[in-house]
Amino acid sequence: MFHGGNVSKIATRDAYGDALVSLGKKRNDVVVLDADLSGSTKTAKFAKAFPDRFFNIGIAEQDMMGTAAGLAIGGKLPFVSTFAVFATGRAWEQVRQSICYPNLNVKIVATHAGVTVGEDGGSHQSVEDIAVMRVIPHMTVIVPADGPETLQAIEAVAEYQGPCYVRAGRNKVPTVCPENYRFRIGKAHVFNEGKHAAIIATGIMVAEALKARDQLKAEGIDAGVINMSTIKPLDRDAVIAAATRCGAIVTAEEHSIIGGLGGAVAEVLAESAPAPLVRIGLKDTFGTSGDGEGLLKHYGLSAGDIAAAVKEAIKKKKS
Amino acid sequence: MAVTEQQLQTLKDRARRIRIDILKMLTDCGSGHTGGSLSAADIATALYFYKMKYDPRKPGWKERDNFILSKGHAAPLLYTVLAQAGYFEHAELCTLRKIGSRLQGHPDSKCLPGVEISTGSLGQGLSVANGLALAHKLDKAPNRVYALLGDGELQEGQIWEAAMTAAHYKLDNLCALVDNNGLQIDGPVAKVMGVEPITDKWRAFGWEVLDVDGHDMEKIVTALDKAETIKGKPTMIVCRTVKGKGSKCFEGKVEFHGTTPTKEELATAMKELEEGVCK
Repeated sequence: MFHGGNVSKIATRDAYGDALVSLGKKRNDVVVLDADLSGSTKTAKFAKAFPDRFFNIGIAEQDMMGTAAGLAIGGKLPFVSTFAVFATGRAWEQVRQSICYPNLNVKIVATHAGVTVGEDGGSHQSVEDIAVMRVIPHMTVIVPADGPETLQAIEAVAEYQGPCYVRAGRNKVPTVCPENYRFRIGKAHVFNEGKHAAIIATGIMVAEALKARDQLKAEGIDAGVINMSTIKPLDRDAVIAAATRCGAIVTAEEHSIIGGLGGAVAEVLAESAPAPLVRIGLKDTFGTSGDGEGLLKHYGLSAGDIAAAVKEAIKKKKS
Repeated sequence: MAVTEQQLQTLKDRARRIRIDILKMLTDCGSGHTGGSLSAADIATALYFYKMKYDPRKPGWKERDNFILSKGHAAPLLYTVLAQAGYFEHAELCTLRKIGSRLQGHPDSKCLPGVEISTGSLGQGLSVANGLALAHKLDKAPNRVYALLGDGELQEGQIWEAAMTAAHYKLDNLCALVDNNGLQIDGPVAKVMGVEPITDKWRAFGWEVLDVDGHDMEKIVTALDKAETIKGKPTMIVCRTVKGKGSKCFEGKVEFHGTTPTKEELATAMKELEEGVCK
C-alpha cells in the first residue's frame, strides 16, 4: 500500500494547470506562453482565467523561448509550456543561449514526457529531456511524482530566482506523497530507509518503486524508497546516505538510463560512495506506440522490473 | 521635430569617434569582428545618441528604452557605444576578450551593465525584443524596444517566427533594424543564401518597412522618428550599409568579417577617420 493509502489519481499536467491559475491569482507578474498545445499542456486554464497574460506563440517553440526571455527581462515571471520533446529538443539552443546563459527567470514546464504519452509514438515520447536540460549551467531540473507535488513544485519554482525545467506527464497517476509532505528544491523525500537496497525513483516511477518495495517485503527484502524529485541540484547527501546504509542502489526513471536520474546518481556514487547500481529506464532506445501502461512493461519500467533490479543489485553487493 | 544641422554634425562626429575606438580596441585585441561593427556604427550612434532613453548610472531604470544587439558579433560596436554613453570607463575597452573581462567576445548581460541580454548565437534577439515589447504593453508603459539584426542573420528561421509574433501582437513599440551590408563570413549573402527581397518579405509579414541609406545620419534619425508614429504594427528599418565602413582598408572586404586590422591598416584608417573629424 502507498503511504497514507491515498488512491486519488490526477495527471501532473492537470495539477500544473490548476497551479498556474492559483499562482495567477496571487501574482500579476505571472505570464504564460504556449506553442499551440494549451489544451494538452493545460495552460488553457490560465488562458481562460487571464487572457491578457497568456500568449499563444503558435507552432514556434524557438521563438517562444526567446519571447519568454524578453518578458523576464521586462520584469514578468514567464511560464513556458509545450510537450517535453519540443521544449527541450526543438528549442534547446534557445534555452541555452537566451535563458540559461543570461540566467533569466524563466520557468519551462513541459508535459507529455516519457513513454506514457502512449499512442503518439516515439516522435512524441521524450526520453532525453532530463539529460539535455540537466547539462546546461544555471538550470534547475524537477520531476514531480504526483499531482500534489506538482502543485508545490510550481509554487517553489515561482519563488526561486533563475531558470527551471519542470517535467510533467500526460496520464493520471496515483498520489504517493504523504499529506504532510513539503516539497523543497534540491531535497529528496525518503519514504523508508530500507536495509538491503535503496530505490531512488523520480516522476511517475515513484509509484512503481513503492509497489516494488511492497512486493519485495513479502520476500523478506527490505528496500528503501527515495523520491528524487529534484534531479538538479541533486540531493547528494541523500544518495550517499542511502548507499552507505544499504550498499546497493537502483534508480528508476521514465527516461533514458543515459544522463538522467541514473546518470546523475551514478556520478555521485562513483565519486563519493561507490556501491553497486542498477538503472531502470529506457536502454538507449526510442519509444514506440502503444498504451502507457503496456509501454511501461514493454520497456522494463514496471514494479516487477524494479523488484528484479533490486535483487540484481543486492547480488552484485554480495559477489 | 526635425533634426538640426548642428545635431547631425555632432552625431556624425560621434560615429567617427566610435569607429576609431572600435578599430583601436580590435587591433589591440587581435581578434574580433571588424566589418559588421563598422557597418552598423551610424545606426548605433543614432540610437544611443539621438533616439533612445536611458540612464547609464541606472542600467536597470524602468523607463529606459531597450536595445538588443541580435547580431552579437558586433560586440565591439556595442561596447564602444556603451563606454561613450557612460556605462563604464573608456579604459575598460582595452580588456576586450581577455580572461576575466566583462567585455566578452559576444555580449554577456550577466556581467556588463547596459547589455540587455546575452547574444551571439544568431537569430535569437528579435524574439527577446518581442518579449520586452509585450512586457511594456502589459505595463501600459511607453518604453520602446530596438533590435539590430544582420542581413546574413535573416537566414535563421527563428527570425521569421519572431517576425510573425511581432505583427500578430501588433508590437508598435518595437523597431527592428537590419544592417544590410551584403556580406557574411563565407562571402556575399546573395551567393551564400539569398535573403532578398528583404523589404518585401517584412512587408508581407505585416511590418511597416522603411528603406534607408544606413550611413546617411539624417535618413537614419528621420526613419527612427517615423517609426515612433507607426501604430498597430512593428517597424523594420532596412539600412543599406557597407561592411567595414569608415576606411578603404576594410570597406566591402569579406575577409574583415572576423579579422582585425594590422597596425599599418589601423594607422591608415585613423588618418582617414581623423581627417574626417577635423572637417
